[in-house]
Amino acid sequence: MNTDAEATAINQEIDLHQVDSIIEPYIGRKEMIIPVLQKLQEHFGYLPRQTMEQVSYRMHIPLSRIYGVATFYAQFKMRPRGRNIIRVCKGTACHIQGSPKIAERIEENLAIQNGETTTDLRFTLEEVACIGACALAPVIMINDNPHGRLTADKIKDILASYK
Amino acid sequence: MSAINLTINELAVEVTPGTTILQAARQLDIDIPTFCYDPELAPNGACRICVVEVENARTLIASCVTPVAPGMVIHTESERVINARKVILSLMVANHPLVCITCEKTGECRLQDYCYRYGVTDSKYSGEVKELSLDDTNTFFVRDMNKCILCGICVGKCQEVVGAGAIDFTRRGFISNVGPAFEDSIEDSTCVFCGLCIDNCPVGALTPKYSLGQGRPWQVKQVRAICPYCGIGCNINLQVKDDQVIGVKPVKESPVNRGHLCVRGKFGWDYLKSSDRLTAPLVKSDGVFVEVSWEEAFGLIVDQIEEVKLRCGDDALFGLCSPKASNEEAYLFQKLIRSLGSNNVDSFTRHCHAPAVNALMEAFGSASMTNSIEELAETGAILVVGANLAESHPVLNYRVREAVRRSGARLIVAHSETIDLVDIAHHYLPLRMGSAVALVNSLANFIIEEGLHDRAFIDKRTEGFEIFRKEVSGYTIKYAAEVTGLAEDELRAAARAYAVAERAAIVSAVDTDRHADSANLVLALANLALLTGNLGREAAGLYLPYGENNLQGIADMGALPGVLTGYQSIKEKNVREKFARAWGVSINVKPGFTVTDIFKHGKKSGIKAMYILGENPVTCSGEHLETAAFLTDLDLLVVQDIYMTETASLADIVLPAAAFAEQEGTYTNTERRVQLSRKAVEPPGEAFPGWAILAELAGWLGFDWNYDGPQDIFAEIASLTHQYAGIDYERLNEQGLQWPCPKGDHPGTKFLHNGRFSRGLGRFSVVDYEPQAADNLSICCSKGHFNCQCLSENLSRHSVINTLRNNNV
Repeated sequence: MNTDAEATAINQEIDLHQVDSIIEPYIGRKEMIIPVLQKLQEHFGYLPRQTMEQVSYRMHIPLSRIYGVATFYAQFKMRPRGRNIIRVCKGTACHIQGSPKIAERIEENLAIQNGETTTDLRFTLEEVACIGACALAPVIMINDNPHGRLTADKIKDILASYK
Repeated sequence: MSAINLTINELAVEVTPGTTILQAARQLDIDIPTFCYDPELAPNGACRICVVEVENARTLIASCVTPVAPGMVIHTESERVINARKVILSLMVANHPLVCITCEKTGECRLQDYCYRYGVTDSKYSGEVKELSLDDTNTFFVRDMNKCILCGICVGKCQEVVGAGAIDFTRRGFISNVGPAFEDSIEDSTCVFCGLCIDNCPVGALTPKYSLGQGRPWQVKQVRAICPYCGIGCNINLQVKDDQVIGVKPVKESPVNRGHLCVRGKFGWDYLKSSDRLTAPLVKSDGVFVEVSWEEAFGLIVDQIEEVKLRCGDDALFGLCSPKASNEEAYLFQKLIRSLGSNNVDSFTRHCHAPAVNALMEAFGSASMTNSIEELAETGAILVVGANLAESHPVLNYRVREAVRRSGARLIVAHSETIDLVDIAHHYLPLRMGSAVALVNSLANFIIEEGLHDRAFIDKRTEGFEIFRKEVSGYTIKYAAEVTGLAEDELRAAARAYAVAERAAIVSAVDTDRHADSANLVLALANLALLTGNLGREAAGLYLPYGENNLQGIADMGALPGVLTGYQSIKEKNVREKFARAWGVSINVKPGFTVTDIFKHGKKSGIKAMYILGENPVTCSGEHLETAAFLTDLDLLVVQDIYMTETASLADIVLPAAAFAEQEGTYTNTERRVQLSRKAVEPPGEAFPGWAILAELAGWLGFDWNYDGPQDIFAEIASLTHQYAGIDYERLNEQGLQWPCPKGDHPGTKFLHNGRFSRGLGRFSVVDYEPQAADNLSICCSKGHFNCQCLSENLSRHSVINTLRNNNV
């Protein structure tokens, strides 16, 4: 259940000087907490616990408040993300064309659930509401590449093409 | 701005602009239900249970966030309103376990009360429900977050009022919850265990472990008492069932703590039930204590006191009074010692507070904190120097935060450590430890240079300014910057912030930062307040809160070697005669020994017998072994206490006393507020209230004292003490009274030095920064307050709150 706490157990070396230089321009401006977190995520790919602790310490904002903000907005990721982001479209058209089966097959292949990342950090799986390519339904995007008119059987080869 | 007239439930009401509908309704005693509203927090209008119908408005309106408008016609219980409230309650109940039959909150749960009021028995919105596991991982309270209705009151109290910031809302939507960052345990968070979340939770999500299964709210008797820890004197309601204290709740109506407590008040009371309590008089025989009857104990004390007096004279007896004794106990104690012929009565508070006391006497002629706790929240600027209030006086810390949050006060924090107030400070001065005097002097000098001082006040109300101005001129900002390690601009900005505020307060407390040269720092701060005319006015002043619950009181009661009650000097003949007449004894003209003299000189002091009332010099005198040897060598050592302390174990005779909850008595807090603490439960075993022990012993010693109870003793105190003359138990009933209160119709004194200082004119003193003071710090015993204890920790180490200390140190 405690997925975020687990995430922080992943030991990534965090360069606190790097974190400080990101925070620095915002010191004394507590209302800028969201931009600070965005910058940190931009740099680290997600929000490692140590970075949030450093924000708390340098900006005099309770850690609970930072965590509250970070968990409120879907844009903030608390776990490292994969090199390749798979977005499975769950829009109406894709749904009718069988996107649940597509998602299921990806989950089987990668042994992860929606929102999770493979332990080798190769893939992150995310279900999204609609990617606006209904003509290609059912469709997924991997990074910036759409893969449309899918069947579950095509999944294995598509995934294999991403390292 | 003109008043606004409106109608609520057919009743006309006139309110000031900006008043919310909810506040206006409350003025009419109309009860609008609320969950997420709390008067001291910014309203957020989240729960919607407070909706009302405003005629001609399109929708129902949340009354807690909507200001009134002229001519509004409002209905708080219309059919539309009731239906909306039913839906809201029904939605809440859909995801709230209906385990009311065993829930500790039953009977005082707002969700339950409102469901009852609107006939909501269950929910028609069945769906997914939270299934979180019960969190009982911390020592103090249990969290059942399935019951949480996400009103956010606990978050507001923790973040805004207390500033601990341990908990906040996490996540979003159905899985949103309240808790520490990263789902850490409460004990691993920044929680300070003040209990404000528990006391303000409208439902049963948070329960102190001590109350689990102990009784239903309607079975519990509320007994109003005064917290026995620090000098703030928070009002508490002891929760009593079957002659047992089963919990503590803060009193919301008290001007002292207004519903706030800290960990000591909320959780520190369990020492009452400690198995270490003394339950019978003990006499040492061949090195071993044996239980004896009270008669036997008194007989032995009388014999031995008379023997010592005969052999070594009246001055061979010394009485040491605890700053936790009630006024009545302290009064009788010094009366007893003085009746026996000497003025040898004192307390250990000299060690930590005497420098400040003497400094205040020198500057103003009165040793008390100048202004009231309540006023602090109204001030325009607060300078905190040498104080870590979050540890020493948390409830006062809440007021500092309130001043910043609600009154927009500018906060200047000078501390060598990053204390919690730094988070909200406008000016943070992280000075070198021990350099505070140089800092404060430089602020004063800069204020004079800039012409920001209050010339009219200085001319009319003070003396010694010209000399001070000359001497302090050496403390340039440049010099201070070198000494303190601070930037010059920061110093200038801080000085201006303090000086330009219409009303500004200074706060300093017992703290490591103040230890180096406490007296000088207090004098320097007094200079600063005099310079800016921030004395003798409401919401200004110098706040030096005492560390013990009745430190003010025992000094008022004359438990000091040189003065009788109300600081009447024993050197004055008419004073001695007044007391001699009242007591039927003669009063010795010679001032007694101070506690410092006694423990410094040990045997050479000539003391042969000592009566120690609730104090533990072996652990708090600083020189453990010497003190223990001296006490062991005495011909007679009587210790009256609630525990077998290190000191009591050296005694010849130990008398078991009642604790605060087991007797009635008054305590005078640090703002001179005399407050009545009621008896809640019986003392254990043979233990007796301190006043009764002293009165009985006096009888055995041949004095004719007749008191039916503490009320009689207080009447005697009032008859002999100008400051207390207008106070009696009946007048103390709810809010207490702040001395001076010279007459029965006098309302008490909120702040001191109004129009005139106690010594006439306020006095500027020249105090110099002594660089070696900083060096001394390394060897100075830094006896700061930890949040979970008080000074010598005589009470807290018998309490569950001691676990916090063990974790901290």
